[in-house]
Amino acid sequence: MSSPEPSITVLASRVRTEEKRIMTALEKRSVAFSYLDARDLSVTLGGSLPAHRVVLNREIGQYRASYAATALEAAGATVVNTAAATAICGDKWLTSMALQRRGLPTPRTALAMTPNAALAALDEIGYPAVIKPLVGSWGRLVTPVEDPRIAATVLEHIAALPSPQSHIVYVQEMIPKLDRDIRVIVVGGEVLGAIHRSSSEWRTNVARGGASEFLALSEEDAKLAVTAADAVGAEIAGVDLVVDDEGMTSVLEVNHRVEFAGFQEAQGNRVDVADRIVRYMLTKGAT
Amino acid sequence: MSVAACPECDAQVKIEPDTRVSEIVECGDCRSELEVTSLEPATLAQAPEVEEDWGE
Repeated sequence: MSSPEPSITVLASRVRTEEKRIMTALEKRSVAFSYLDARDLSVTLGGSLPAHRVVLNREIGQYRASYAATALEAAGATVVNTAAATAICGDKWLTSMALQRRGLPTPRTALAMTPNAALAALDEIGYPAVIKPLVGSWGRLVTPVEDPRIAATVLEHIAALPSPQSHIVYVQEMIPKLDRDIRVIVVGGEVLGAIHRSSSEWRTNVARGGASEFLALSEEDAKLAVTAADAVGAEIAGVDLVVDDEGMTSVLEVNHRVEFAGFQEAQGNRVDVADRIVRYMLTKGAT
Repeated sequence: MSVAACPECDAQVKIEPDTRVSEIVECGDCRSELEVTSLEPATLAQAPEVEEDWGE
């Protein structure tokens, strides 16, 4: 007798193109699934959630995603990505540490405990550099600083922000690169494909209007992306690579709730990302 | 296809058959971003503002 079909929960509070495609892919495979609005979730410590045994965490808010994952895991659920991976990927400093620990090429990075200390960190890193918020995505509030004068002004603004976490400053060398970077999607340790992202502005995020174009990834970069996803523990990952003007590839970051609408468009029929995510989830739900 | 009232301007907003709960739609009249809060019957609420920690 075959095992019963696993029940998958899609956790999100905003259903966008990607979540919709994933749910459609689940339906196409006749997989029993439910949608859980993360805003409605509460978990009692010591309690159990039999209805949410295998959870695909697509929550858009990092704090909610991270706490939901820890709470659901505590209640016995299998969550993809895991709470540990969600915490690492959602924090640029934790990501940088994980990449560096694995010995992967990644831009030189420093963390300063105050905006004032960030000036010394920037002197150490060298100019031009980039100041990034620890949490957040889509290139939001990522600020290039060309020299100490601009840095001092930006840091004054950071010091005026209300959140204590904003005062912990993440600074990174700016990689001299072409006008594009690489997004690789890795699922279950396999590369689904890669795209070039280019933009008329210095940030190439698709969310900022960057254009996507199919890229045949080199074997070396594919291995780098898979290792980067593994370094942060992400089973489903959007790995961002950047190639400098000398042709050296570095890992910039790993996204745990990968957006793939632009990626899918650039890939055409080469891969069905939503279906590959579903196929991977089925391996987690096998009973 | 069903319709629901925009909570901002009361215009009738079309809800396509493949729409899902928690999806964001736009009011054709006032351009407000609206969240689909239920499908049967279709209801809409103002979409939440983008928060600092949102992302991928």
